[in-house]
Amino acid sequence: MADIAARFRLDWPGFALDVDLALPGSGVTALFGHSGSGKTTLLRCIAGLERAPQGFLSVNGEVWQNEKHWLPTYKRPLGYVFQEPSLFGHLTVLGNLRYGMRRVSEHRIGLDRAIELLGIGHLLQRKPERLSGGERQRVGIARALAVSPRILLLDEPLAALDIKRKQEILPYLDHLHDELKIPVLYVSHSPDEVARLADHLVVLDNGRALANGPLAETLTRLDLPIRLGEDAGTVLEARIGQFDREWRLARVDFAGGSLWTRDRDLPVGSKVRVRVLARDVSLAQTHPGQSSIQNVLRGRIDAIADDEHPGLALVRVQIGESILIARLTKRAAAELHVSPGQEMWVQVKSVALIE
Amino acid sequence: MLLTDNDLQALWLTVRLASMVTAILFILGTPIAWWLTRSKAWWKGPVGALVALPLVLPPSVLGFYLLLAMGPHGPVGYLSKALGLGMLPFSFWGLVLGSVFYSLPFMVQPLQNAFEAIGERPLEVAATLRASPLDAFFTVVAPQTLPGFLTAGILTFAHTVGEFGVVLMIGGNIPGVTRVASIQIYNHVEALEYADAHRLAAVMLIFSFLVLLVLYGWRPAPKKA
Repeated sequence: MADIAARFRLDWPGFALDVDLALPGSGVTALFGHSGSGKTTLLRCIAGLERAPQGFLSVNGEVWQNEKHWLPTYKRPLGYVFQEPSLFGHLTVLGNLRYGMRRVSEHRIGLDRAIELLGIGHLLQRKPERLSGGERQRVGIARALAVSPRILLLDEPLAALDIKRKQEILPYLDHLHDELKIPVLYVSHSPDEVARLADHLVVLDNGRALANGPLAETLTRLDLPIRLGEDAGTVLEARIGQFDREWRLARVDFAGGSLWTRDRDLPVGSKVRVRVLARDVSLAQTHPGQSSIQNVLRGRIDAIADDEHPGLALVRVQIGESILIARLTKRAAAELHVSPGQEMWVQVKSVALIE
Repeated sequence: MLLTDNDLQALWLTVRLASMVTAILFILGTPIAWWLTRSKAWWKGPVGALVALPLVLPPSVLGFYLLLAMGPHGPVGYLSKALGLGMLPFSFWGLVLGSVFYSLPFMVQPLQNAFEAIGERPLEVAATLRASPLDAFFTVVAPQTLPGFLTAGILTFAHTVGEFGVVLMIGGNIPGVTRVASIQIYNHVEALEYADAHRLAAVMLIFSFLVLLVLYGWRPAPKKA
């Protein structure tokens, strides 16, 4: 039985939403899609900010919407972060944080914890107009947490910020991911954010859900028209295994193998995610021997599919328990006789450590 | 003393009338402005036009219809009789009722503009923070539209003070009951008491200027969220 069941049908002029989703009751679920895909509308339906005429919604056993009954937003135990921070300009930061907190009886998370998690203790007496964009959004997130929600909904909380501000907030979102026990629904159109934060991925397109499953599994499905473009690839859960101090490299171990990457000063044993893009993975029939690409693994071809461009193919390779995706030209695939079941050498040119 | 006792009586009556009308319109105009801002009903347009009507209608026309409505055969007249309030024309409460209609757009329109300016987002935020719609109105909308409320209140008060035609039609010229300042000036001129008319007119002129000075001179910087 799913922890969150969400079924909505909505017909607007020029847009229709039609989804039936079962989502996990913990961890971060990314609702991913391009603008106009319906991801924000779906989130707003879950929050009760939009009312889908036909729908069913239950969150951890509580029914929020069915045929007869529709719980208004202010009675739903949720926290919501808008794309723009939307702080109340007539209140201080502390006033904003207290606004919701005063209206709930349950204080599982509490004010101090929310302030600490987002690192905003020094801003409490300020008015929102005197905060930077990044600080405002941190206050917005803390304000949503201070109501001790049973579910946290984030609508592209980083989209309105520049790269620097994003970098400022992402570590705090990592904290939430690690420390909160509540499910988080995270709307995003950024593959980077999804790769970094999500455990579970729902891909939306044109008001429909194309895919819904664990992150790595969903990213490596070749049958999906997930238009990630240059960003096609996968995410591996790994641990730092060893350092090479002389060359400033770190070895990350994942289920099935290990890869060397730039040292990011993380201690041995720390949990990390590594993102491997399909364009950085190549295949060889014989061991490449002397090569500038030093990450060479042995894998078995699992499946081959067309990429967006007619001259390109995506190949799924099984390495131990993990899966990588390689992008090659169809000519290369033909000349190498790449076919399912075949054992090949897998070269990984670059690995991105995230988190 | 420059002003006669009658002048002072007329001024005091004017202030009482304008205060009463402003207070009533705060209570009545706020929900109307809110509804006009938020509603998607098709009859929102007609209601908006009806509210704005006193802006363009000659006060004597409005006064004429109100007089008929409040008269012994009018709907308001029947109601006031049935409730044991007696007849409203040529009474203070008749003036209050007439002025409420006459000044309605001066309360509703500034409020509507203020409500429209803050948009729906603050209400959505408040709802996600467990505030019921009424709660959100008083704790988020009202504080954020305070300048709009001030403008609406000042305009309504000032406009009621300046009213003449409606008062004449439904209130007449009864000292201490319906003889407000603008009527008193008219009386002075009719009686060729130009010096008295001058003094009272000057009071009105200075008052009106000061009101507008407050309105235009004091503008808090718009707040950003």
